[in-house]
Amino acid sequence: MPDAPGLELIAQGIEEGRQGIVIETSVEHGRATLVVNPEGLLHALSWLRDQPDQAYRFLSSVHAADYLPATPRFAVHYELLCRERVERINVKALLEDPAAGNGATGAPGSEAEDAPVDAGLPEIDSCVALYPTAEFQEREAYDFFGIVFKGHPDLRRILMPEDYVGWPQRRDYPMGGEPVLFTHNEIEAPRWFE
Amino acid sequence: MEVERESLRARQLRARDLLRGDLEGKDLEQYVEESVLTTTLENALNWGRANALFPLTFGLACCGIEMMSMVTSRYDIARFGAEAFRASPRQADMIILSGRVSIKMAPVVRRVYDQMLEPKWVIAMGACSSSGGMFANYAVVQGADKFMPVDVHIPGCPPRPEALLHGFNKLQRLVRGQPDLGWRQRYNAVGTEEWARFETGEPTSEAIERAAKAVEDA
Repeated sequence: MPDAPGLELIAQGIEEGRQGIVIETSVEHGRATLVVNPEGLLHALSWLRDQPDQAYRFLSSVHAADYLPATPRFAVHYELLCRERVERINVKALLEDPAAGNGATGAPGSEAEDAPVDAGLPEIDSCVALYPTAEFQEREAYDFFGIVFKGHPDLRRILMPEDYVGWPQRRDYPMGGEPVLFTHNEIEAPRWFE
Repeated sequence: MEVERESLRARQLRARDLLRGDLEGKDLEQYVEESVLTTTLENALNWGRANALFPLTFGLACCGIEMMSMVTSRYDIARFGAEAFRASPRQADMIILSGRVSIKMAPVVRRVYDQMLEPKWVIAMGACSSSGGMFANYAVVQGADKFMPVDVHIPGCPPRPEALLHGFNKLQRLVRGQPDLGWRQRYNAVGTEEWARFETGEPTSEAIERAAKAVEDA
């Protein structure tokens, strides 16, 4: 686990020759995180993988997150592991929501549903070429958040049915299911017992 | 002991006489009365079906563990003749939906059910397959009876194997043509059967009386 100065050195190393990749560094709760912009993501990941004194050659997780009121709205998290030193580092790429402002959401019945895949969905470079294990995890992020990974060899839904419409883990997606009558919302369905 | 042995000997001799054709008159009538049971074909068939229900080897979630333990020696569903879990839907009489049915699994479950041969029965085991349970979300079907017929719902999360056995016994009663276990008499609820709403769709007093009489006769 790199500490705060170590993380700064890593950020400097990544930015050598290419400025403006690392937006922020943070070490919190024992987790070192590099926040990068999506254009520089592949450069940062390959630098962390191929630099001999870094050697984060294992990608233990790729997952997306939706921070809805915030902008940029989406983030893709990459958790890297160096198995020789047993050190972890997180890389977080922030993504704007292209559909923001025009009222389209991932929910069914909205515009995004009818639009082609590449319109209205956030995009980021796929890292399958660097870490082959990312293939299924990027498919999962696409499945639940509608994040398109450019260059992914086979970007399909993985857990939801293939004809499913919508991005169910987004925060503006309806919960689904059926409303259950508890005592606290009994008043909303007057005389339900009849 | 000696008496038993003698009576057994007498019955054996009588059976020998019958086979030789020597038994006649009253003796023959008594022999037939003692050894022949008359019933309708339907009753005999249903009795056989109810006591040899082969479940499908099919688990959906955590309820499947309880379903498996139902077969073990501690609970032992072999007492009721349903210990032969069949791995092919073609050979199974009954499917136990043991767990939540996700929207991706629902077509698969429906296909497996369609592949089973008639007559077939369905037990929805646990809260999830009966109503969606705690999973009120986009991924889980809110009750398996939305896409296939269910005969018995067993509440619980998960139900204990005893509860499953009880539900299975109810299914056996259903197969034998006697759907209730007599609880209406115990709880003074004769006439509340849903099939009492015969012609009008409303529970009429005649229909209720008829239903009550049918229950008493049964």
